[in-house]
Amino acid sequence: MSLDFIIAVLVTVISAATPLLLASTGELVVEKSGVLNLGVEGMMLTGAVIAAAVTLTTGSHLLALCCAALGGCAVALIFAVLTITLSASQVATGLALTIFGTGFSAMFGRPYTGQAVPLLYSPFPAELAGHPVWRLVFGHSSLAYFSVLMIVAVWWFLSRTRAGLVVRAVGENDLSAHSIGYSVAGVRYLAVSFGGLMAGIAGACYPLMLIPLWSERMTAGQGWIALSLVVFASWRPARLLGGAYLFGLLMAIQAYTKAGDSVFKAFPTEFITALPYLAAIVALVLISLRQRGGAAPACLGKPFIASG
Amino acid sequence: MQFRLEKRTQPSRMMVVIAPIAAVALTMLLGAAIFYLLGFNGAGAVREIFLTPLTNSYKWQDLAVKGTPLIIIGVGLAISYRANVWNIGAEGQYIVGALAGTGIALLTQNMSGPWILPLMLLGGVAGGAGYAAIPAFLRVRWGVNEILTTLMLAYVSVQLLFYLVFGPWKSPTSMGQPQTVMFSADQSLPYLIPGTIVQLGTPIALVVALVAWFLMSRSVFGYQVKVVGSAPQAARHGGFSASGTIWLALLVSGGLAGLAGILEAAGPVGRLVPQFPANYGFTAIIVAFLGRLHPLGVVLAAIVLAISFVGGEVAQTTIGLPSAAVGIFQAMMLFLLLAGDILVRYRLVRVTPRLLVEARI
Repeated sequence: MSLDFIIAVLVTVISAATPLLLASTGELVVEKSGVLNLGVEGMMLTGAVIAAAVTLTTGSHLLALCCAALGGCAVALIFAVLTITLSASQVATGLALTIFGTGFSAMFGRPYTGQAVPLLYSPFPAELAGHPVWRLVFGHSSLAYFSVLMIVAVWWFLSRTRAGLVVRAVGENDLSAHSIGYSVAGVRYLAVSFGGLMAGIAGACYPLMLIPLWSERMTAGQGWIALSLVVFASWRPARLLGGAYLFGLLMAIQAYTKAGDSVFKAFPTEFITALPYLAAIVALVLISLRQRGGAAPACLGKPFIASG
Repeated sequence: MQFRLEKRTQPSRMMVVIAPIAAVALTMLLGAAIFYLLGFNGAGAVREIFLTPLTNSYKWQDLAVKGTPLIIIGVGLAISYRANVWNIGAEGQYIVGALAGTGIALLTQNMSGPWILPLMLLGGVAGGAGYAAIPAFLRVRWGVNEILTTLMLAYVSVQLLFYLVFGPWKSPTSMGQPQTVMFSADQSLPYLIPGTIVQLGTPIALVVALVAWFLMSRSVFGYQVKVVGSAPQAARHGGFSASGTIWLALLVSGGLAGLAGILEAAGPVGRLVPQFPANYGFTAIIVAFLGRLHPLGVVLAAIVLAISFVGGEVAQTTIGLPSAAVGIFQAMMLFLLLAGDILVRYRLVRVTPRLLVEARI
């Protein structure tokens, strides 16, 4: 294996991991606040279709990313109103959100299907970004740098700031947080909105850095892998980073196997396509072996209604 | 004038029935408005999607065909969700059920006899239940969340189907088309009414719903599912095993999804093709909720969703509405139902300003 090849694989790993990292970073904050939003896939599809449409009509990547984030946030707010204000079942509402996002994106994206979307490249000068070795550091899409920045920011926020402590308190013991005067609903609204913003940007990665077009259901279940990653990481940001790159590696293997040059080509392509989902199951089993759900925020998935 | 939500001492039985009806009605109104704003013929879309399938009697047989898998899968999911077991991968169990039944069909290709079809149906049930046994085992043995595993396995099952129909199971006479051989007469569901497309699957679905209704309301099994689902602590004191209930919930819902899968393969489709997964497994989740997790409610809800499917096809050809629009209507229905559900547990009370002041003091 040449150095070129190894660098090429690592670059693929990082791009494949980026949407997973973004979406799971958002979901991590949501779950830390005690809310389980299963609608990640739907929010990602919403972000993906909006990013493709805005890039195609305005040509501005920045505008596309902002709109994708807001789109993800808007559908997340539907979820927030139903689960937080109306205390509807989080599982059912999250599933409804995914069904909605799938339908909305398919319908909204119809006029844009298959059109070539200009990719968002590295923010660094071409000499660095295109350098055979240094591209490992400077050659990624701006979104890849943003995803790492965000996981560091979220780690810092959750573990080092007062506001982060409040988010964790609301997720661990909503009643106590409420009784010492914090607004459980308010914190959860903010957390769910943040999750929506991040999932929207995660969705935008597909047309803007991975597959330069819009196609129906293009996120292909990766929203669910992002959800599994949060569990796999035991709700810890540092592990989330590692987990996302581990899955990125799997997807890079996939990409290279389908291109036809790897030791895995003896396997049928369908097996290779199923690999990340199987790996996610294995990862969930492994983490359950180590700790039986002890790491989850105590109030995860339970509705909270302030009485009196 | 201000309103406040007050917890009901008992869930309102009236609201349990009214909420889904109101959700469907509101979906029509809101849907018409939204699609009008999107530049479509909004009222036309609602008329074609929700009314045409009912008013045109020749569409009724389509309703039976589309409703059949939705009823069977929906009943299973209703039981599972009652037990608080979140099987959301029925689509996968549906596919594996079809694969298992088709496997039997391929083995019995050169045989004949009335025993083949029942064996295929049993295979379908076993396949679906077996596939659901994986998340059941992982949940009971190691506490792995079944929401994620059932869903992941749904994605895996699609690849398994692709592998088989593109590879070992591809018909030698299909001229390169990825599909299995056509099922023989002994391997296919008989038609119920000559000259229509209604097959044996439809009465099977109704029997499944009736049996489930009986079991859920009259048997220890139903009682156990409901108690473990709604009051796990009481259930433990009552001697009901939580693990046993998880197993039952997943095996029953998986087995029924598998049955729906083989009924679809041996019925309307007649063979396995890559386009076999038609989202019935996911739509059945909406069916289960809209039917209030009650087997008979599921039958009604399945008809409503089948209407939207058939109507969606009508609207595609008559007013050019994209097929994805149906998904938006279905999701809206579920959103509105979940929102309306709060009125089951709470009532809206008008708060007069004077009382508000008193409350503050």
